[in-house]
Amino acid sequence: MDENQNLDLSDDEKKLFEDFMPEDLDEILDTGVNRRHFLKLVTLAGGGLLAAQSAAAEQLFTRSFPAPSTAGVSAATIENGVNVSLKVNGTARKLMVDSRMTLLDTLRERLELTGSKKGCDHGQCGACTVIVNGHRVLSCLTLAASCEGKTVQTIEGLAKGSTLHPMQEAFLKHDGFQCGFCTPGQICSAVALLDEARKGDASYVTEDVRKKTGPVQLSTEEIRERMSGNLCRCGAYPNIVAAIQEVHSGKPVEQTFRFSA
Amino acid sequence: MRPFTYTRASDPSLAVRELAANPTAKFLAGGTNLIDLMKEDVERPSAVIDISALTLTEIKPIAAGTSKGGISIGGLGKNTDAANHPSIRQHYPLLTQAILAGASGQIRNMATNGGNLLQRTRCPYFYEVAMPCNKREPGSGCGALEGINRLHAIFGWSEKCVAVYPSDMAIALAALDAFVRVKRPNGEERSIPFTDFHRLPGDTPEQDTNLAHGELITAIDLPQNKFADRSYYLKVRDRASYAFALISVAAALEVTGNTIVQARIAMGGVSHKPWRALTAEKMLVGKEATAENFKRAADAEMAAAKPLEHNKFKVELGNRSIVLALQMAMNGGKA
Repeated sequence: MDENQNLDLSDDEKKLFEDFMPEDLDEILDTGVNRRHFLKLVTLAGGGLLAAQSAAAEQLFTRSFPAPSTAGVSAATIENGVNVSLKVNGTARKLMVDSRMTLLDTLRERLELTGSKKGCDHGQCGACTVIVNGHRVLSCLTLAASCEGKTVQTIEGLAKGSTLHPMQEAFLKHDGFQCGFCTPGQICSAVALLDEARKGDASYVTEDVRKKTGPVQLSTEEIRERMSGNLCRCGAYPNIVAAIQEVHSGKPVEQTFRFSA
Repeated sequence: MRPFTYTRASDPSLAVRELAANPTAKFLAGGTNLIDLMKEDVERPSAVIDISALTLTEIKPIAAGTSKGGISIGGLGKNTDAANHPSIRQHYPLLTQAILAGASGQIRNMATNGGNLLQRTRCPYFYEVAMPCNKREPGSGCGALEGINRLHAIFGWSEKCVAVYPSDMAIALAALDAFVRVKRPNGEERSIPFTDFHRLPGDTPEQDTNLAHGELITAIDLPQNKFADRSYYLKVRDRASYAFALISVAAALEVTGNTIVQARIAMGGVSHKPWRALTAEKMLVGKEATAENFKRAADAEMAAAKPLEHNKFKVELGNRSIVLALQMAMNGGKA
């Protein structure tokens, strides 16, 4: 995609931008609507200023603008470039990355999959958890270069079309989040955790690791221990555990929260 | 992160030669520690040799040599796979518990067995490049010696370094008298007894281990033992999970009737290397396995501790942890 491709705005849309962000119009026409513009528009809309043109504004927000092109980053601009072929959410991707580039940055900045979140970027929070070759790992401590031939599944790859993954459904039902930042990592981690339990993997709180009797029935304590690599600073832990327990057991788990009267 | 060249190794012999040829090259396996330290600018390799695709991952019985009858664990196998291997769970439950006590599910899925042993200290003065640290920058001084040293060593430290070694897995391997098998750049192999693998800081804290540049851990050998019925890995930390140990104790007992035939105790969170509590072990051999004898052994071991300003609590905590770990071991390793 040509990075300098002009945006094809309708006259109504141009007018909308000109009315509210006259100083930004040229930039918008050159490079598209960026996050700063978007936030500005949302703030204006929130203040009711856009009410009169809300239909046009809504159309504008929901239109997909060409993202800044990254797929064509030239080899010359990449220091120590490494070619990598990997499969992300079922799609084969081939790209050249700087040897320093993590899988997380590659997903977010090159493949436009911004569901995986950068929390601490040091392997301490779990917000960047993705599933590589069937195992949950931290994408912030994984070099993209080391993913040659691997299969990566991110939060974007869990739903089947508009049908959510059962774990996503359960997180909604049990209100397993507040701000939502840790949620993609929590859900990816939880999905892979249930596979580990089905295989009979032990944890530090497993009473007798010498006993191996197939799939493990996870207690609340087991889920908490096995999810300890995913921090939630809003403290939605009881609801997260309830959501995982519901998918794990296949039986409805009572909601730990209720709406105030 | 500083720029580095990246290559993928396809053969262990070529990999060791490639590394040996470049004094600032590093092997990359799981990356859970190295990548983090590179982001922090603590590690600055000019070249990274990715060994993660080498097939040194097998877990298999040992047919000959010093560890005959035991189990060999591939150096590039994942921690999760070692912890959950049926033979390890059955015959070396202490190792399973210790691995599972460390890090998180995600990190254990990435971390390799060899890489685990080569983890660097989590001393905050080592991690913060604005602080003095003899381990990171020899000759710059030790920020922790008279700084905030709550997490630091009580055994075997020097004026140059009071950092502790972070691995849980290695504490169990020390108790189990494992061997580290290594491939050298000249193609030879050598086998290092586990207690000689890591070092005390002395005057050269920049050296964590006795591994030479260019040597590659190919396997960890576990000799046969009679501890499987009575072992326990106790880990005490600031939060219930996903934290490094303040103190950890790997305890293993071989008992006839109620008499202790052999005792193994290794401690984590107390020293620059896995700390074998040899004084306590010796005191227990031939004694009855009672709470009083456990306490006497713990007292004798901890009498030699030299705490720093902020970690005096580790002496009493270590004492009680030894006793509790031995009691749990006697209870069949059940929590």
